[in-house]
Amino acid sequence: MKNLDIDALIDDRRTRIIVCCGAGGVGKTTTAASLGVRAAERGRDVVVLTVDPARRLAQSLGLSELDNSPRKIEGVGGEGELHAMMLDMKRTFDEIIEAHSDPDRAKQILANPFYQSLSSSFSGTQEYMAMEKLGQLHRSQAWDLIIVDTPPSRNALDFLDAPERMGRFLDGRFIRLLLAPAKAGGRLGMKVFTAGFSLVTGAITKVLGGQLLKDVSTFVTAFDTVFGGFRERAEKTYELLKSPGTAFLVVAAPEPDALREATYFVDRLNSERMPLAGLVVNRMAVSSAHALSAARSTAAAETLDERGDHTLAASLLRLHAERMQLVGRQERLRDHFASANPTVPVTTVPAQAEDVHDLAGLRVIGAALATSGH
Amino acid sequence: MSVEDTDWDGVRLHIVTGKGGTGKTTVAAALALALASGGKRVLLVEVEGRQGVAQLFDVPPLPYEERKVAVAHGGGEVFALAIDTEEALIEYLEMFYNLRRAGKALTKLGVIDFVTTIAPGLRDVILTGKVSESVRRRQGKDFKYDAVVMDSPPTGRITKFLNVSDEVSNLAKVGPVRNHGDLVMSVIRSPQTRVHFVTLLEEMPVQETLDGIRDLEASGIGVGGVIVNMERPAVLPPEALDAAGKGELDVDEIARSLKASGLEQHASEFAEALVAEAAEHSRRTRLEQREKARITHRPRYDLPFLPDGMDLAGLYDLARALRDQGAA
Repeated sequence: MKNLDIDALIDDRRTRIIVCCGAGGVGKTTTAASLGVRAAERGRDVVVLTVDPARRLAQSLGLSELDNSPRKIEGVGGEGELHAMMLDMKRTFDEIIEAHSDPDRAKQILANPFYQSLSSSFSGTQEYMAMEKLGQLHRSQAWDLIIVDTPPSRNALDFLDAPERMGRFLDGRFIRLLLAPAKAGGRLGMKVFTAGFSLVTGAITKVLGGQLLKDVSTFVTAFDTVFGGFRERAEKTYELLKSPGTAFLVVAAPEPDALREATYFVDRLNSERMPLAGLVVNRMAVSSAHALSAARSTAAAETLDERGDHTLAASLLRLHAERMQLVGRQERLRDHFASANPTVPVTTVPAQAEDVHDLAGLRVIGAALATSGH
Repeated sequence: MSVEDTDWDGVRLHIVTGKGGTGKTTVAAALALALASGGKRVLLVEVEGRQGVAQLFDVPPLPYEERKVAVAHGGGEVFALAIDTEEALIEYLEMFYNLRRAGKALTKLGVIDFVTTIAPGLRDVILTGKVSESVRRRQGKDFKYDAVVMDSPPTGRITKFLNVSDEVSNLAKVGPVRNHGDLVMSVIRSPQTRVHFVTLLEEMPVQETLDGIRDLEASGIGVGGVIVNMERPAVLPPEALDAAGKGELDVDEIARSLKASGLEQHASEFAEALVAEAAEHSRRTRLEQREKARITHRPRYDLPFLPDGMDLAGLYDLARALRDQGAA
């Protein structure tokens, strides 16, 4: 198994962006925050961008809550600085509208019911906005390392699809149809199409109702100018993600589902030619008596049972046997992943007895990430 | 088994949610098996396209079609359906508007793509719409399914996901979509629907569960039970647990016991490790008890951790545990 050298990654000044991705509930956000603390304490100027609204993360960084602008984290030692922020997708979206259209048009868009729903809805928008924010942070050049924690998407790498999906939407005939129904008819009036055309406009009106269609249409018309730049930036961010200064970390828990998902991430990143740094397996069960196997421990407990005394030691041996059983299962899962993906470096983080509550806790995880305790 | 009393008699739509990593798909599947036992017909619906249900039941990936995946104890049947948003939308257009041909043209135009991936809320309306259709569907004069179990989006999104009519009414004040949203909402808000929360005994999942319950209650959707998943059995007797937590276990004494058990080599090293592990176990157990105590005012069901990992036999064990505790 190849070892993932976290310190080499964060110490390398050429590393400008680290993207943590993985299934929900595997500890992505904590990993991102721990990396941030460690990188800052090793001299980098870091900003951590999270999408996780959990207040606990903010608290572990010493803030009451995180918001859409980077806040400096106090108590981080060393030469570097750490900032952290949480993506507010509606605010980010609103700011883009305001920055890229004249005040009247901005007002019109912000008041549009379809826009209001789009900008606060969860599906899809969050991915676009995370990409947008990442691009903004990168362009500002205020930090030399940006660590991003990706949205817990339905589909693992939705954020990678954001530019393409946006393009598909914008270049789609539907948009053109909405923009200029009359003209679209003429422009798209190819033979294959004519038959379906009136059927479609009829169907849309029938199903969605005229009012919604009108809202969408007004929105699209007003949004047209903003859209172009939007898409261009999304494509730039996509290229940025592919550049050598970016490192993707796939985060997983030592469970079959999470590792299956991790394999999917790895495949997807490879096929998109995204720079994959490695896999972080979080919350691995560990034991300092690794040499005492589950089988030997159980056998020893049975010996003590037969003797009828030493009941305390017998129960401790059983507890240990149970732990070793889990250790063995998780190591097998990790090793399966490693042999199926021999080129992917791996690091593991031992399970902590309690949740992380403060910077000290994040430092412990950061150190574990760097030493890969096995 | 109508004579039998369960906590959720009369509930026909069971919505199962939970924070990522808590095992909600597993629990949804176990609940479906539990509800089916004794000759019932239950539909298990997956809405997030992850094919987790197929993996659990060890069958090939599910198409957009209701397929029988398991036979429950006592002869019931579990059917499974993985909803594909695009196909569900086209089906919906056909079913309610007789628009199958238009559906094809809509796909070509990118409208289906727009609705299922970009347009906010509409995607959720389609998913919940399909689920409520399967709840209402009849075969002859009886319902096609005695119960429907939905493996739904995670806790953080559940209230928004289920409140489709809010989402839709922001968009469409009148019209067929609005009417459809209202119809779906009437199923979700009915007393025949309950939302169950799956959690682990850890701080974050429990907090999300409590927040989720509060949000749902505020929105008038019926909350069901809380299912504690992967609970570990107590290995240490209470006194030992207590002593371990206080750091009062005698390492030398344990080392002597280990030698007596035949573990001559490294006995003191092992003893130290075992005592440290016991202390950690004690801390965790206390934390788990503290978290468990926070789950009050809703019925709670405890499911054991399966040390050998999840398989089909394990799924039946969990289903039985749910039945034994009155969840089904």
